[in-house]
Amino acid sequence: MTRKAAQRILILLAHPSLDRSEVNGPLAQAAAEIEGITLVDLYAEYPDFQIDIDREQQRLLEHDVIIFQHPLYWYSTPAILKEWQDLVLEHGFAYGSEGTALHGKLFLNALSAGGAEAAYRAEGYNHFTIRELLQPMEQMASLCGMRYLPPFALFGARTAVDEGRIGHHIDAWIELLKALRDRKLDIETAQNLAGLNSDLNRLIKEA
Amino acid sequence: MGGLLFQAFIYLCAAVIAVPIAKRLGLGSVLGYLLAGIFIGPVIGLVGSETQTIQHFAEFGVVMMLFLVGLELQPRMLWEMRNRLIGLGGLQVALTTALITAAALMVGLYWSVALTVGLIFSLSSTAIVLQTLNEKGLSKTEGGRAGFSVLLFQDIAVIPMLALIPLLALPELVGGGGDSLATAGESHGDAGHHHEMSLVAGLPGWAHALVVLGAIASVLLGGHFLSRPMFRFIAESRLREIFTASALMLVIGIALLMTLVDLSPALGTFLAGVVLANSEFRHELESDIEPFKGLLLGLFFITVGAGIDFNILFNDTLTILSLTVGVIAIKGLVLYGLARAFRLTTTDGWLLTLGLAQAGEFGFVLLSFSLQNQVLPAELASTLSLVVALSMLLTPVLFILYDKLILNRQPESDERQADTIDETGSVIIAGNGRFGQIVNRLLVASGVQTTVLDHQADIINMLSKVGVKSYYGDASRPELLHAAGIESAKAVVIAIDDRSRTLEMVEHIRRHYPKVKILARAFDVNHLYLLNKAGVDIAVRELFDSSLELGKATLRAVGVHPFKVEKMSTAFRKHDENGMNTLYELWDENTEMASNKAYLARARELGETLKEMMETDRMQLHDRSERGWTPPPKHYTKDMGE
Ligand SMILES: Cc1cc2nc3c(=O)[nH]c(=O)nc-3n(C[C@H](O)[C@H](O)[C@H](O)COP(=O)(O)O)c2cc1C
Repeated sequence: MTRKAAQRILILLAHPSLDRSEVNGPLAQAAAEIEGITLVDLYAEYPDFQIDIDREQQRLLEHDVIIFQHPLYWYSTPAILKEWQDLVLEHGFAYGSEGTALHGKLFLNALSAGGAEAAYRAEGYNHFTIRELLQPMEQMASLCGMRYLPPFALFGARTAVDEGRIGHHIDAWIELLKALRDRKLDIETAQNLAGLNSDLNRLIKEA
Repeated sequence: MGGLLFQAFIYLCAAVIAVPIAKRLGLGSVLGYLLAGIFIGPVIGLVGSETQTIQHFAEFGVVMMLFLVGLELQPRMLWEMRNRLIGLGGLQVALTTALITAAALMVGLYWSVALTVGLIFSLSSTAIVLQTLNEKGLSKTEGGRAGFSVLLFQDIAVIPMLALIPLLALPELVGGGGDSLATAGESHGDAGHHHEMSLVAGLPGWAHALVVLGAIASVLLGGHFLSRPMFRFIAESRLREIFTASALMLVIGIALLMTLVDLSPALGTFLAGVVLANSEFRHELESDIEPFKGLLLGLFFITVGAGIDFNILFNDTLTILSLTVGVIAIKGLVLYGLARAFRLTTTDGWLLTLGLAQAGEFGFVLLSFSLQNQVLPAELASTLSLVVALSMLLTPVLFILYDKLILNRQPESDERQADTIDETGSVIIAGNGRFGQIVNRLLVASGVQTTVLDHQADIINMLSKVGVKSYYGDASRPELLHAAGIESAKAVVIAIDDRSRTLEMVEHIRRHYPKVKILARAFDVNHLYLLNKAGVDIAVRELFDSSLELGKATLRAVGVHPFKVEKMSTAFRKHDENGMNTLYELWDENTEMASNKAYLARARELGETLKEMMETDRMQLHDRSERGWTPPPKHYTKDMGE
């Protein structure tokens, strides 16, 4: 049997105050210890928002899975990830007739939200599901020819540590990253789900 | 004269050879001095009875050491450590003294002798342990900190011990012969040769007490109120050796005063040290006294080594060895119990136990002091001195035990924990004029601990008035950097107003402290290159950023869009940086910059591209410097999808 090479994963972490983070900090730390994963702390690398376009494009070329990891800020990403999109995803690189650099790569958001899961539905006070709210990024992925995966999310993030939910979430995160790396995630099934969390075990194929 | 020079040469020679070797072998300098003494004394017999006289003189190193210990003791730090210091340290000294005294009583020693032995062995070796902890990077662990508290308490406890021991004198020894009668008068030891000079001899009890109180009060009040104006006055003369002389004068003067009123000179200088601990001259005093203390203590340890009686060891190997093992076992037991009681983790507990189980240099001091005061019989003293030395020699073995048995067994998670206890690390800022001040304010406001050094007494004076922690001294002096704690600093900022000294400092620090980050103020491009070559981590041109800021303000003032100004200045900075890097390669420090043709040509070329770049930018072309937020071509949607 010929084994395909491992997928190279790029995590773009955006959190403007990591020293106060209870969720994203520990998640990033856990990810950093996994082999074959590149973790970029965008606020650390570009504290003045002077994003190096060439370097970021090079990074994209060198990876197969692109993950935006961030807390949900106003139903979207913290500002630097928007800046990153505006600068790095240039015409002729990421889109347009010659912009094919990202074709075929996987894209997903790994996020934490302050609101409860129950609030993220038509009847809840947030009225939309997380996947619906992230549609600009789903469409961004689509325009760039990337395959979009639904978000990996932690709800009620502000109380996750106090309520002892964080450990389980970190374990699932590690599972997900290893499955992506080793090509064990059932991409086709996953693409149609609302999120990656609930059925993660079912999505991971045995070797 | 010839004899004196010969002796001095022998001692220095032994030290110069043995100490570096001992350090290389991880044994530390105290053991190095001891071994040197053993070699020139018992082994080859180059030195003889004069070691006794020299030892008296060398004991003044102890007085200086206690002055330095006092200088380290800021009242606030003491307060923060109070639980550990008194709880852990106090219990360690009390329990160890009690157990060893009990053991000594059991083998039939007289009670006062047994108590003295207990006191002697309750102390551990501050010099060896602190140095080893630092070298192994263990001083910031919980175990390391606990060890420090215990050692500090011991160092302070030495003072009451020095006061107590003369009271324990054995009647039959005091009575025995002219020689000991003569020395009995010197009961307060170190500067005892002047015992005929006394302010209190023959005074009635109440007057005696008044004079003693007056002396202590004058040390405290004088240290608090007089020393600062005096040091400031001397500092303004900018004569380094006079400052050193005044530091020595202070220590010797206090020692003399104490001797005159029959008090321990060590107590007096210790108090003076504590009073001066908060003064801005602290680091300068430390670095001035330190070499004298180091040499005298070194000499002291050599004389101890030279005085060790190996006949005892060979005649009675078993007794000596079992005494040594016994002492280490008892001390270790007490430490381990305390580590448990104070809830240290297993790893930290073992560090404390194995690290501090030896006897220490103060043991030697107390031994020779007890001998002078007829508290211990000479034969017992030489046996004990052998035990102290052997237990110190075993310290490296105990640390190896800790490394191999304890650290290796611990799971990884323990280590990660240790990482998080580690602090952000402190920063030394050399130079606190207009430049260093801003750096310092930013760091302090961000909660980073800084130590500021400056050689202008008036600046330091002004700063300490507004509550900035700053110390007087020439920051380019290696000893001052050492006294300011460069070994444990994370970074040094050199912001002094002197090109060549900045450069010297970078070279010196890079050579001796390869791990510390060096950040320096550069005067111009040439200086920046020199600093790079010398191994600076980051150098910043002193005027670049402020010029750029003023340029930006000007652009805004004439109506350029503020964000456009931002982009322009970013592009400018990038361009400048690239240019500097290219030029650095061409730059050759041996050629005067102006005559280096290749350099000049390239510089001109870069100047052209700057002009070009700015022109193309003005024409709103897609210059590289204007990369970002580039809109797609006008009709790009025709290409998209459908
Ligand atoms: C500026 C800001 C905007 C936020 N917007 C939202 C939001 O729209 N929806 C939501 O559920 N939580 C929102 N939150 C809560 C964050 O998502 C939450 O604090 C974060 O996920 C906690 O993760 P951390 O511990 O890693 O910082 C917001 C928080 C901030 C600071």
